[in-house]
Amino acid sequence: MNGLEMRGWLRADGRKGIRNVVAVGYLVECAHHVAREIVVPFRDRDVHVIGFPGCYPNDYAQSMMERLCTHPNVGAVLLVSLGCESFNKYALERVVRASGRPVKTIVIQAAGGTRKSIDEGRAFVAEQRALLDAAPTVPMAVSELVIGTVCGGSDGTSGITGNPAAGRAFDQFVAEGAACIFEETGELIGCEHIMAARAATPELGAELEASVAKAARYYATLGYGSFAAGNADGGLTTIEEKSMGAYAKSGASPISGLIKPGDIPPRGGLYLLDVVPDGEVRFGFPNINDNAEIAELIACGSHAVLFVTGRGSVVGSAISPVVKICANPETYRRMADDMDVDAGRILEGRASLDEVGREIHDRVVALGAGARTRSEELGHQEFILTYKSFEPIGPACLPAA
Amino acid sequence: MPAMTDNRLILLSEADNVLVARARIGAGEAIAVEGGTVRLAAPLSIGHKIARRPIGAGEKIVKYGAPIGSATEAITAGAHVHVHNVKSDYTPTYHLVGAEAEGAR
Repeated sequence: MNGLEMRGWLRADGRKGIRNVVAVGYLVECAHHVAREIVVPFRDRDVHVIGFPGCYPNDYAQSMMERLCTHPNVGAVLLVSLGCESFNKYALERVVRASGRPVKTIVIQAAGGTRKSIDEGRAFVAEQRALLDAAPTVPMAVSELVIGTVCGGSDGTSGITGNPAAGRAFDQFVAEGAACIFEETGELIGCEHIMAARAATPELGAELEASVAKAARYYATLGYGSFAAGNADGGLTTIEEKSMGAYAKSGASPISGLIKPGDIPPRGGLYLLDVVPDGEVRFGFPNINDNAEIAELIACGSHAVLFVTGRGSVVGSAISPVVKICANPETYRRMADDMDVDAGRILEGRASLDEVGREIHDRVVALGAGARTRSEELGHQEFILTYKSFEPIGPACLPAA
Repeated sequence: MPAMTDNRLILLSEADNVLVARARIGAGEAIAVEGGTVRLAAPLSIGHKIARRPIGAGEKIVKYGAPIGSATEAITAGAHVHVHNVKSDYTPTYHLVGAEAEGAR
């Protein structure tokens, strides 16, 4: 495309990264400040803070941190522990080391407190940053990409412009052999039957329907749909209306599988990410905000995430670039600095869905050839991880495997 | 798109009973809807919906050719279709529409 050649950093597991980030992971909120202070001198140098705030153990959080610290966009890892939290830092460090990445754990209580931990952390990051900056890249094909999509701050324009345009980009990527992941089963309520009809097998179709039924039950218990007050300000009236718009992000390709947070798509194709926990309702809302969903898409290996917004979200993410697609032309004019793609042109007759879909596709490919997103340039590195519980996916979820 | 409808309104599917604003339309403007003329009581923001034809109480609201909820009262052609006259058939909609004005009282 446009003569742009993607290049990536080759990891020991064969995957390639389009970024070479040093991840600094805090393992309890009590270590968050130290982690944040460690990265201060490295602003704009791809040193990102991730972490888990809880002091109680959680298998989901453990596996999310493992997947994120061994994400292809990550080249080295620093873990920051207070010392007395329940997170299994030993297991996480072993997993990262086994992935071939440099890793160090600083235990604040052992290092002698805040100041000594910050100094020790900054020394490690500086050393790793220098090594990563000198690391060679290799050619990378579009078929090696994993791309996620999310919508947030949706309004009545999202389902007409930005989401279907993202769907066109997905169709192009799937045709080229890339893996594409769409999500938020709570925002597919009302679309479950038309979605199931696109499944690679009837058994997978039944799993897709069951995942939406689970989401509907979960949200009904909580008393709120996956619907924010701003959605209504923007003209969306019900969760099923929002769902019809959100569903358009999936494009028109057949659905190859259903995965859960941290599952890596085994090959190219289109996948639904089931983000709603299994079992009884515990720990509150499935995803307390958009960034929790973005973190899950990245934990599934997403090199980049397409984020469609109508009201005007400004977020980015740690680890992987977020491409912001603005569905509403009035919002775009007000917040152009935060937006990568102006999909509102479709509403004003200045571009077609196909044209904007190709533009989104090309923006993502350009990220592998040195381009950066608006949220990256602005320093957005939002990250959140909370408690959840999942059962492993069933055998019908990945029929081609 | 059938003739005689203001070009700032779009029909997403022939089965729909609502039209979506693709640009802001001012209050009091006389606009063509399906051959008739309606006057908007309040400004219509981009992405919001109006009734394409009269909709009965309890009737499904259809957009993208799919049901997106039910009318809680009779809705006249050209009237704003939103949280004040539509309910979800799944989970109730949480919103702050009108909350700012209440707080100012």
